[in-house]
Amino acid sequence: MNDTLPPVIVGAGPAGICAAKTLVAAGLRPIVIDEGFRAGGQIYRRPFVDDGRSATDLYGSEAAKATRLHREFDGLLPSIDYMPQALVWNIAGNELHLMADGKHHQIGFQNLILSTGATDRILPFPGWTLPGVYTLGAAQTALKVQGCTIGRNVVFLGSGPLLYLVAWQYVKAGGNVAAVLDTAPFSAKLNLLSAFRFDPRLVLIGMSYAARLVSRGVKIRYNVRPTRVDGSQYVEGLSFKSGTKVHSIACDAIAYGFALRPETQLADLSGCTFRFDDRDRTWLPVTDEAGRTSSQGVYLAGDGSGIAGADAAEISGELAALALIQDSGTTVDPGRMSALVKARRRKAGLRDILEKAFPFPDNWFDQIPGYTKLCRCEEVTVSTVIDTINGGELRELNRLKALSRSGMGRCQGRMCSAAMAEVLSATQHLKLADIGRLRAQAPVKPLPLLLQEGGS
Amino acid sequence: MSAHHSRSQFQRHFRRDEAHVPFSIDGIAYSGRRGDTVLVAIMSATDRLRLSEFTAEPRAGFCLIGACQDCFVTLACGRRVRACTTPLEAQMAFVTRERGNE
Ligand SMILES: Cc1cc2nc3c(=O)[nH]c(=O)nc-3n(C[C@H](O)[C@H](O)[C@H](O)COP(=O)(O)OP(=O)(O)OC[C@H]3O[C@@H](n4cnc5c(N)ncnc54)[C@H](O)[C@@H]3O)c2cc1C
Ligand code: FES
Repeated sequence: MNDTLPPVIVGAGPAGICAAKTLVAAGLRPIVIDEGFRAGGQIYRRPFVDDGRSATDLYGSEAAKATRLHREFDGLLPSIDYMPQALVWNIAGNELHLMADGKHHQIGFQNLILSTGATDRILPFPGWTLPGVYTLGAAQTALKVQGCTIGRNVVFLGSGPLLYLVAWQYVKAGGNVAAVLDTAPFSAKLNLLSAFRFDPRLVLIGMSYAARLVSRGVKIRYNVRPTRVDGSQYVEGLSFKSGTKVHSIACDAIAYGFALRPETQLADLSGCTFRFDDRDRTWLPVTDEAGRTSSQGVYLAGDGSGIAGADAAEISGELAALALIQDSGTTVDPGRMSALVKARRRKAGLRDILEKAFPFPDNWFDQIPGYTKLCRCEEVTVSTVIDTINGGELRELNRLKALSRSGMGRCQGRMCSAAMAEVLSATQHLKLADIGRLRAQAPVKPLPLLLQEGGS
Repeated sequence: MSAHHSRSQFQRHFRRDEAHVPFSIDGIAYSGRRGDTVLVAIMSATDRLRLSEFTAEPRAGFCLIGACQDCFVTLACGRRVRACTTPLEAQMAFVTRERGNE
């Protein structure tokens, strides 16, 4: 009976789309579930309604890939069972629990590919909850999906490839960029030179954003430390340190972030084993090179298994699907698989270098005032978290969450878990790897009341 | 506490001439555009979505991709919606705590 269950893919970004295409080519009919309105995932997200912009306007250098993936997915529609606007909120044994059209659905699975992608990685600083402060991904989503900028005069702040990309997209769309404030020193960017051998096209495109911003008169500063957002009701400016001096810049919006963090909640609920990853400073599900996990029949692909970018997501999506097909007893082309594994390794090499060029500010904790809200949902301050750690001699993240309420709110720690881990490890002089891992809990995102009350 | 209602946070660069979609916040009439999310409609008209639960500070969403859950708003019928992933519908009536609601 189980043999007849179709494979299920959660997430229709580049990884999920390529996985679906590969399964269909092998004669299977997957169920594809995605929370979004239209397939494409984050980078290739499509506007709600056509607004006259071309693919090049929307996706820049990646327009051809976006168009191809959208077309491929639309072409797959007759051969798959696609559930858009459907949230998978739990995995219990071999059952997916999901919400679609305000109704509860349960789908049994034998083989499951999780390609749930990533969200912005965030570190709090004073004022980060004020209206007008958004993540870099949010700033891009506002423009790409809705054709809006998050303000009239925007500061771009933080670290990561999106910093320069989104700033440039704003300038191109006619927005005003007050400044690009990079938390990394300029010397970090020299690492990009060694990325040439992995992907010269990407490196050149990446470097061109900074050059184009400068040519449009946008000021770029390196080695910046934000001290606070100015304003009481909304953003009126940003104060930051550069060297020993404190500066203020006027702006009405701030886009910021420190690269991305993988969405691993569903992998956790499916029982996958995790390992600590030093480079990404977080726990990642353990997979083999094709995406097999420790849970039978569960495969991972894309940024949800570790940040590697959109091209790598396509590769790992195909790989996970081939692994699934192989494990179901059908022969796959071994040459194709090993070529994909090789390509994936090259992307991982590139990622190592990008991480050096756009480093995480690992001294964030040294400079953060105690009154800063660490958890924006439960509104818990840094000093409350530190007092809780000291008071209970806490050494483990889940205990800290239970006792401080930080990370307990609606976002399930997506926005504060990186900071919580930094605070706990710094306060107790423990390695990040030694303070445990925040456990995922169902529902992975809040459900409408209707469902929580048991309606359907 | 209503001066902020005249200051728009988001700036439209596209879809400006798209069909208008009327909605209201605490009884005050605004209009969004066809294709708006609730968040974009409200933030293109005003500069906040809601007040936070514990300290009543203004909030306006944060991630825009359904991850941070900072953008829940309440409709007059009592239904709460995640503003960044909910399409605007004509005649949606939002209520905020600033008028003694909630
Ligand atoms: C906001 C944002 C903007 C980005 N912009 C760029 C860019 O411009 N250029 C670039 O190179 N990289 C960008 N990135 C990174 C890039 O998106 C990723 O590298 C790439 O999209 C990874 O592809 P993926 O298929 O792994 O995941 P994604 O493209 O993230 O797709 C994951 C999909 O899974 C769905 N999903 C997740 N959880 C669930 C669930 N529980 N139930 C149902 N569906 C679920 C999501 O709705 C999403 O559609 C961006 C990232 C973010 C977060
Ligand atoms: S703004 Fe983050 S969930 Fe809506």
